[in-house]
Amino acid sequence: MEQMIRVLVAKPGLDGHDRGAKVIARALRDAGMEVIYTGLRQTPEQIVAAAIQEDVDCVAISILSGAHNTLLPKVAALLKEQGAEDILMLGGGVIPDEDIPFLLDNGIKAVFTPGTPTSKIVECIKENVTK
Amino acid sequence: MKWTEPRQIARLISAVEDGRPGHEEQLKELFYQTGQAHVIGVTGPPGAGKSSLTDKLAKYYVDQGKRVGIIAVDPTSPFSGGSILGDRIRMNDLTTNPNVFIRSMGTRGHLGGLASSTHLVKQILDGAGADIIFIETVGVGQSEVEIVQAADTVLMVMVPGLGDDIQSMKAGIMEIGDVFAINKADLPGADRAKIDIQNMLTFQPEKDWLPLVQMVSVKENTGIEELAKAIEMHRSFLNEEDRLAIRRKRNTRNELIDLLYDKLYRRLVTQGNFERYLEQIVEKTLDPYSAIDKLLEDLRSENEND
Ligand SMILES: Nc1nc2c(ncn2[C@@H]2O[C@H](COP(=O)(O)OP(=O)(O)OP(=O)(O)O)[C@@H](O)[C@H]2O)c(=O)[nH]1
Ligand SMILES: [Mg+2]
Repeated sequence: MEQMIRVLVAKPGLDGHDRGAKVIARALRDAGMEVIYTGLRQTPEQIVAAAIQEDVDCVAISILSGAHNTLLPKVAALLKEQGAEDILMLGGGVIPDEDIPFLLDNGIKAVFTPGTPTSKIVECIKENVTK
Repeated sequence: MKWTEPRQIARLISAVEDGRPGHEEQLKELFYQTGQAHVIGVTGPPGAGKSSLTDKLAKYYVDQGKRVGIIAVDPTSPFSGGSILGDRIRMNDLTTNPNVFIRSMGTRGHLGGLASSTHLVKQILDGAGADIIFIETVGVGQSEVEIVQAADTVLMVMVPGLGDDIQSMKAGIMEIGDVFAINKADLPGADRAKIDIQNMLTFQPEKDWLPLVQMVSVKENTGIEELAKAIEMHRSFLNEEDRLAIRRKRNTRNELIDLLYDKLYRRLVTQGNFERYLEQIVEKTLDPYSAIDKLLEDLRSENEND
C-alpha cells in the first residue's frame, strides 16, 4: 500500500514574503509528497497544532527574520510536550553558520541555508522518514 | 477515540488514508458512535472563497459551543502523486482552538475512489465527537461531486461574474446545492449573480426544497450569520418527516458500495491469482469470463479456509 510522506511547510515570524517556502513546497510535491502549506505569520503553537492534526512526518520551517534561535527550538519543545518529538524538524533560511550547532542540539535535525539545492532537502526527508 | 486526543484521531486518519490494514476493529467500534454530526459539504469553483467561508462558519459554530471538524480536499498532481494542500492558509485562527480539528487531504489515486476515503475520515471525526463537519472540495469532477453529495447539507459557494459558467456548471453540479452562498458580494455583479442563480433554481420543479441563496462577503464580514441560519433552516427541513433518514440511507448505500468495492478490489485484484490469470488470458489459454468465475471461486474457498 502507498505510504504517503506528509510535510508541513511553515513560515513563522512577522517578516516579509514566503517565496522560499513556496519553492520548497513545490519541490516536495514534485518529489511525490503531500505538503500542507499554512502560509505566513504562523506562531509556534499554530505550527505544532497543525502538525499534530495533519499527522505530518516532517515540519519544515523557513525563517528570514533572524528569530531562528528562539522560534525553531520553541517548535521542537512544543512538539515534545505533545509527545510528537518523532516528527522530523528541518529549518531553512538565512541562518548564520555559527548558530547551526545550537539548533542541531535543540531538536532540529538539519538546517538548510540559501543556495542549498531543493533535492538535498528531499533526500534528507526521504532518509529520515521511515515508513 | 476521544476529541481531546487529536494525535490519536490524526493517526487513525492517516492509517485509513494510506489503506494500512489492521484498523477495522477500531472502525467497527467507532461506527456506533457516529451519526450525531451535521455534515456540510462545501463546494464551488476554484478560488470562490470556500475555505475562507468555512473558516467564518466554523467560528460561528464554535462560538455556539460546538465542536467542528473540517476536511479540506485538494487535487493530487497526476505527474508526481504529490500535492500542495493550501486550504489551511485561510483557517489559521482556528488551528489552536481545542474545539476545531482540521485535516487536509489529497485526492491521491484511491482504489475504492476518493469518496470512500473521505467518508472514513468523516466517520472518524463524527465518532470522535464533532457536532459539525465541513467537507470542502473544488466543484469539478465526478468524485468531488460524490463527496459533497454524501453530506446532509450541500453549500455551493459562487461568486459574481461567473456569467455563462453558471450555465456550464449546471449539468450535474448545481443540482446538488441545498444552500447557495454568493461570496465576494463586495465585488460588482453580485446582484446579477443572485438573480441568475435564483432563476436557474426555479427550474427544478421536482424538488420539495427550494435552495436558499445568500449574499456574503468574507472580506467585509457580511451575511455570514444569515448564511449559517440558512444552513440551519435546511437542517430543520431535514429533521421534518423522515427526510434526514432517507438522505442518509441513500448516502450510506453509496458508502457501503464504495467500501465493498474497495475490499473486493484489494482481495481480487491486488492479491491472489489475478496476475496469473491475466497471463493466461494474454496467452489465450484462458478466457476472461472463466477467469472471473475462477477469481470468485478462489474467494469462496479462501473464506471456507478462514
Ligand atoms: N473580494 C473578496 N475576496 C475574497 C472574499 N472571500 C475570499 N476572498 C479571496 O479569494 C481568494 C480565494 O479564497 P479561498 O478561501 O482560498 O477560496 P477557495 O474556494 O477555498 O479556493 P480553492 O480551495 O483554491 O479552490 C483569497 O485571495 C481570498 O482572500 C470576499 O468576500 N471578497
Ligand atoms: Mg480552499
